[in-house]
Amino acid sequence: MCCLTNSGKITTDVDTLRSEIRDKSVRVIDVRREGDYKQDHIPTSVNLPLANLLSDDSPERVLKLVNSMGIDDETPVVVYDDTFGALASRVAWTLEYLGHSDVTLLETTYSHWKSLGLENDSAIPEVQTKEHSMKLHPEILATSDYLENAKTRDDVILIDNRERLNFLEQHIPGAMSLPYRTLASNDKILRSKEDMKRLLDNRGITGDSEIITYCGSVGTLSGLAYYALKSAGLSNTKLYVRSFKEWKTLEKPTEKQDDANYWDLSAE
Amino acid sequence: MTISDLKQTIPDSVKPKIDWSRIEEADDFANTVKLFRQGKYDEDSFRRYRLQHGAYGTRMTSDYAMVRIKLPAGEIYPDQIEKISQLSEQYSIGSAHFSTRENIQLHWVVLEDVSEIFRGLSEVGLTSREACGNSVRNVMCSPLSGVCPAEEFDSTPYALATARFFLRNPMAQNLPRKFKFNFTCCEKHGMVRMVDVGLIPQIREIDGTLQRGFKIFLGGGLGNRSFVGHQLEDFTSEDDLLYTSIAVMRIFDRMGDRKNLARNRMRYLVNDMGWDKFQNLVFKERAVVRATQSVITQLDVDKTPNVIKRPIRISNENGGETIPDGYARWLKTNTVKQTQEDYRSVFLTLEAGDITASQLYGLSDIIRNFSSEGMARSGFEQNLALRYVHEDDLPLLYSKLIEIGLAKSGALTMTAPIGCSGTTSCNLALTNSHRLAKEIQRKFLELKLDEDGDLSDSSIKISGCPNSCAQHGIATLGFFGGGGRVGKDMYANYQMSIGGRSDGDTMLGQTLLRIPAKRIIPVILKVIEIFKANKKSDDTLKSWIHRVVNGNENSEIKSLADIKKILEPLVIPPTIEEDPDFYLDYGSDASYHTKTGKGECAA
Repeated sequence: MCCLTNSGKITTDVDTLRSEIRDKSVRVIDVRREGDYKQDHIPTSVNLPLANLLSDDSPERVLKLVNSMGIDDETPVVVYDDTFGALASRVAWTLEYLGHSDVTLLETTYSHWKSLGLENDSAIPEVQTKEHSMKLHPEILATSDYLENAKTRDDVILIDNRERLNFLEQHIPGAMSLPYRTLASNDKILRSKEDMKRLLDNRGITGDSEIITYCGSVGTLSGLAYYALKSAGLSNTKLYVRSFKEWKTLEKPTEKQDDANYWDLSAE
Repeated sequence: MTISDLKQTIPDSVKPKIDWSRIEEADDFANTVKLFRQGKYDEDSFRRYRLQHGAYGTRMTSDYAMVRIKLPAGEIYPDQIEKISQLSEQYSIGSAHFSTRENIQLHWVVLEDVSEIFRGLSEVGLTSREACGNSVRNVMCSPLSGVCPAEEFDSTPYALATARFFLRNPMAQNLPRKFKFNFTCCEKHGMVRMVDVGLIPQIREIDGTLQRGFKIFLGGGLGNRSFVGHQLEDFTSEDDLLYTSIAVMRIFDRMGDRKNLARNRMRYLVNDMGWDKFQNLVFKERAVVRATQSVITQLDVDKTPNVIKRPIRISNENGGETIPDGYARWLKTNTVKQTQEDYRSVFLTLEAGDITASQLYGLSDIIRNFSSEGMARSGFEQNLALRYVHEDDLPLLYSKLIEIGLAKSGALTMTAPIGCSGTTSCNLALTNSHRLAKEIQRKFLELKLDEDGDLSDSSIKISGCPNSCAQHGIATLGFFGGGGRVGKDMYANYQMSIGGRSDGDTMLGQTLLRIPAKRIIPVILKVIEIFKANKKSDDTLKSWIHRVVNGNENSEIKSLADIKKILEPLVIPPTIEEDPDFYLDYGSDASYHTKTGKGECAA
């Protein structure tokens, strides 16, 4: 059985997906907005707009959604978006948390798929509901309480995936800045394994550490980082899914870069 | 369906002629940072190494660096711009900054990521090597070299050859202090007397044949103390260019002050020794160099002309072209006619040199589509020029620039002030000069001062400390930052100088008075008002001020003291209760206090 954590497969390349679609051996999820999906999408894909998932992402609701998309424990799932993989990552992570083991990200965005001249249509597939089990994976989730305790440990690395200026302005104490743009390469949502490893190695982020990623609000940018880290072999990674928005609402301590007017260097 | 059906055809990118990079320097830098973090490399050696590779320190932190990417002779190609756009989003703040010395700077880069930037730069042939530290800094050339109606020949190939000769050259790795070359096109567009070595191309008839050569100026420079450079001799032939450069550097290397960090630029050596003695020494040293260098030690001057080819593209596909509002104003204040008929050079108005990643990205296609030489040139004034734009293409270029927010007017006027990075990133800064420059620009464009021909040849330059990075000493109106105080309350305060210039009549600005940051805009407007009331009909602000500072003005205003008297009431500080905003620097909502870290200029 192909499973994300076992095989280490994070992304599915374009050619593989095309042949899986032909074999009807895959469930493709398009996480863009409904209007965009209706216009055109990768053939056979079903639509799960991220906003729909986020309106209630309790495991019970997610289970219903997964069943309604015709996914059981054995169904290989490929997720794609048009937002550099961040939204797709958040959906993939949610499935993984629910206990689905075979979910990967399309290696590129829908725009790029189209610019390559690849198949797309507007047909909405008929889906037969299936029964998925629920075996939650709390080891990939970080809550604010968990994070607060973990931060005191030396072997935990906290990574902020927002843009650099936002990080300088305010961040969770002790976090290191790794802007989400750093994770991608030209046409791919993730840079190559070797490139990612080298970048992380330069930063002193090694396989032994427990890593927690966060971003601005709902765990999309940090979801992408979660998969980027896994792709580099750092499997002990957790997503602080409620991210900095919750941290601030809870009035937990934050830190900033003092004594510099860095915002005024920005041309925007 | 294929890719080409979906994308409008964009002309191929012109490729750079010279690869300045060395990929192995990326790995070496990454390893050195690791050793440093492990404590196996001491602070001082690491700092020297870091600077030699073009990574400068950042305000109040050792976690971040600024990477200064050199653009030798100011040349930058579309693929390079696209790469810098990407690097700025990945490793910096999503913006890049054009400096006054034809560098592009990426700020707030995590020190551990600097090597990744080197790696990216090497993909497009760029380097930051020797952009900082005690080396030969970026070799500049006028953005108009090759197209300037007043030039005798194009000095660009000589600037590139000089950059190539000294980059990574052992003789330039450990000078007493940094060393700068500026090539130019003509007296007017130069900056040749404000640099260690300044060069103006000239042609002489010698024994019946025309010979290329240069007017060379030595020992100038702006800084805590500024000096105007001296002309070495009437004419230095092109064959003697390299020998002269080496001779000057050898003298500096041998005799420059390696102890007193505040006085170790070559201009202090020239000043201490006296020009006559220094000049003599250069002649003697040059004779030695000429006699002892291997015959193969030569500048590799590539004189093949660049291909000029008007890009063909699908344009006007929707029929009639409407010229957007503001075109005439932009054409007047941002473009200059070239020697080459039917072509103009177009300068982009940036705000204190800043440009976003998406603007850079858009710009790369605009260069491919509009510049017949297929590249751009950065200028001396935190800006960028697209040259060889065909007259017929200007309206469309203007509308394309509007789309990416780069069509502001005033690039070649006083309304585009220079502002160094100031407290946005620099350890030495006392004030936010960067933001002040932007505030002045916004206000003056709103007042349409760029359209006023009387003001167009004047300049405003603002440094955040006395160290002249914004070149305030050669500005018509120059400012450098410091702190002022009423009781225990501090405010940002600038020393104002007036009448500086960097052309054939180069002189340093005369100190006028101190102006609180929040009073600078009204003070400049007041100066303009005084000028308007007293000018002769063909005066510009620059020519009028020139007469005043030289004691040759006979209107009501006879001296700087008269101007000072009028301005003094404007600079009296209110109490903090009367005007709390006065005590906040631009861009800050916390009470002002001076705070500086260690400078790295002298490392």
